[in-house]
Amino acid sequence: MEELANLFHGFAVALMPFNILVMVIGIVLGVIIGVLPGLGGANGVAILLPLTFSMPPTSAIIMLSCIYWGALFGGAITSILFNIPGEPWSVATTFDGYPMAQKGKAGEALTAAFTSSFVGALFAIIMITLVAPLVARFALEFGPAEKFAVYFLAFCSFVGLSKEPPFKTVAAMMLGFALAAVGLDSMTGQLRLTFGFTEMLNGFDFLIAVIGLFGIGEILLTMEDGLSFRGNNAKINLRVVLHTWKELPRYWMTSLRSSVIGCWMGITPAGATPASFMSYGIAKRVSKNGKNFGQGEIEGVIAPETAAHAAGTAALLPMLSLGVPGSPTAAVLLGGLLIWGLQPGPMLFVEQKEFVWGLIASMYLGNVVGLLIVLTCVPIFAAILRIPFSIVAPLILVLCAIGAYSVHNSTFDVMLMLVFGVIGYLLKKCNYPLAPLVLAIVLGDKAEEAFRQSLLASQGALGVFFSNGLVGTIMALGLIALFWSPINEGFTRLRSAATGRPRPAGPDYE
Amino acid sequence: MKGGVTRLASGVIAAICIAGSGVPANAAWQPTRPVEFIVPAGTGGGADQMARTLQGIVTKYNLMKQPLVVVNKSGGAGGEGFLDVKMAANNPHKIIITLSNLFTTPLATGIPFGWKDLTPVAMLALDEFVLWVNAEKPYKTAKDFVDALKKAPPGSVKLGGTGSKQEDQIITVALEKATGAKLTYIPYKGGGEVAVQLVGNHIDATVNNPIEAVAQWRGGKLRPLCVFDAKPMDYGEPIADGQAWKDVPTCKSQGLDIEYLMLRGIFMGPKATPDQVAYYVDLFNKVRDTPEWKDFMKNGAFNTTFMTGADFAKWVETEDKRHETLMREAGFLAQGN
Repeated sequence: MEELANLFHGFAVALMPFNILVMVIGIVLGVIIGVLPGLGGANGVAILLPLTFSMPPTSAIIMLSCIYWGALFGGAITSILFNIPGEPWSVATTFDGYPMAQKGKAGEALTAAFTSSFVGALFAIIMITLVAPLVARFALEFGPAEKFAVYFLAFCSFVGLSKEPPFKTVAAMMLGFALAAVGLDSMTGQLRLTFGFTEMLNGFDFLIAVIGLFGIGEILLTMEDGLSFRGNNAKINLRVVLHTWKELPRYWMTSLRSSVIGCWMGITPAGATPASFMSYGIAKRVSKNGKNFGQGEIEGVIAPETAAHAAGTAALLPMLSLGVPGSPTAAVLLGGLLIWGLQPGPMLFVEQKEFVWGLIASMYLGNVVGLLIVLTCVPIFAAILRIPFSIVAPLILVLCAIGAYSVHNSTFDVMLMLVFGVIGYLLKKCNYPLAPLVLAIVLGDKAEEAFRQSLLASQGALGVFFSNGLVGTIMALGLIALFWSPINEGFTRLRSAATGRPRPAGPDYE
Repeated sequence: MKGGVTRLASGVIAAICIAGSGVPANAAWQPTRPVEFIVPAGTGGGADQMARTLQGIVTKYNLMKQPLVVVNKSGGAGGEGFLDVKMAANNPHKIIITLSNLFTTPLATGIPFGWKDLTPVAMLALDEFVLWVNAEKPYKTAKDFVDALKKAPPGSVKLGGTGSKQEDQIITVALEKATGAKLTYIPYKGGGEVAVQLVGNHIDATVNNPIEAVAQWRGGKLRPLCVFDAKPMDYGEPIADGQAWKDVPTCKSQGLDIEYLMLRGIFMGPKATPDQVAYYVDLFNKVRDTPEWKDFMKNGAFNTTFMTGADFAKWVETEDKRHETLMREAGFLAQGN
């Protein structure tokens, strides 16, 4: 009960006119940051952090967290319209969002993405409001072995997703692992695969690879197809929003499942990117329309967006209650808290009630404000697709180049992006799936790190991955996900043998 | 328009005056464009926090006419940032904040860089290292912990730290040498993560900086055993159970003869002139006088030693030699070094 009273007090704080103004500014800035590929929420928040020093801490954190929500919303826009993920967690949104846009359903895809983001965030905020202390303790259970198990699950739930032959998937994934290994080896402190080039010290940044593979690769493909967007018949009025809303409740199960996955990933803290991939993978397995995923299925937009936003929001919980950021952006916010003299950790909820509940209340309000802002802009975004390709393509190219440059302020990265663009084009032409490659670049080094930390701690014994109930369960889930197709097929055969009735061959997703 | 012309004219006159007066040395130099503040570490870490606090203070009190822009260049354990400043030899609009990786990164990775490729400006503070254990564990003093360490099977005690072949692992090796026990060192990405792994009992001890673990100490989850400094820390404000930073004994007084402090210092490119260095020294002196900076020092229980000029250069040189010896003894040097 005391929590509720605190929350209402928090609403009173967040609803002060100055704080609402700060909220709107934050959301708009965040959407812009989210749209620009490469700039990223973490960089955006870091750049704007010093500007907030002259504000009261509560207003400052409201502004910064609203930038974060805005970036989460904004990441979906370029993914759907141009197949360029503005943020890492939007990669999975491109799989179905972009095909939808090509079919002239950009408005529907954007509405679904924004609404799902809101639903995911709302779910996570309610969870934070109700069970914050409990959940924080759960996060402490996660050592290196448990973290590796989570990454393992993410990879496994993704293998066999694509329509391409499994060996092509594995080949693409291995290429991703190899690229992820370049740079400093965090376990031994030595440089790997840099061949003496100082430009390679940083390794291949995920964002540069993604901007190149998806953005530039897509432009090359479109040029080959005859220089036209296929989505120019998109409806551009607000009625499309209402129309899509009527459809969305049908997918409540997907939303709920994705929210749970997102919250779990945000707290553990694996982050929004694996959450979106895992949620997409599982939705594809479980959904009735799983076969159509990748061709513009609205569920394929709902699943990753809900999970990403739920994870992004839930990631703030370990930051506040434990002082461990669940995402790079949360890490920058953490730095901000320290500068304002607020010490995140177990005592924050006790000693700084006004601040914590003001922040939580602003999460509710910030997301509502954000949803309203982005939804009213849906027709504007969709109208972009009506501009002729020959005008938009150079703009996208410039946007990509700025994005790649702003990751490390390095022109070398812009070259690298172009190389990745050519690689992306070639891989697509040869029917190699890009998603496993991207997943491996994002999570490859983290998975490797967790694996080697576990083995260091266990002095080399592999049993550490089954040493307690938690890690054992996650590993088992991963193995089931990996061998789901053969297992399912076996069951189908057994059943048909038992009833004596032949069933259609192939995996049965129903 | 008229105002613009007048301003332009007065600007030209001022420029002629300065040029004509033969530029009195010292204190004449001012930044003429935005200053890049390189952080050779990721966003959210200790050096990053310090850099962004500095940036905030400079902005709030309007201490610089040009903006100060923080840029993270963390690639290759900070090697990317150091090489960037080394290349910017004639660019006085680029400064860098350093951690111990100023010494350890070139030694461990073999990148073509040494501290002599930079011009030392000022030591802002020294970061302390504290030996931490989980508060549920029976060890009340460093001596209890060392006794338990000596009894445990070799390699079974796990010590977590930030990075590989960096300061935390150097202290771990020193601990092994001082106690004769064999520890397993597990590297993590950041100090906050290390502290939480200790709370979750996934590791047995850490040598976190105060700011990385203070929240968990206040929450009653972790216990500080001793500080790796020659004297106890200065801060007398109680933090948990009536204990303050100054009540944490030195490791030396507990029979662990290890001292280690981490440099938080500012450097410039190799060809910086004395008046350029003087400008930044003056700037940091102003920053040090602000209440925000004092709060920041108190929150992180920093050792506030401030050094500039020849003293600072000499300190850096001694530390560099010490790190080389420590790293060589630990077998951490890159091949060909």
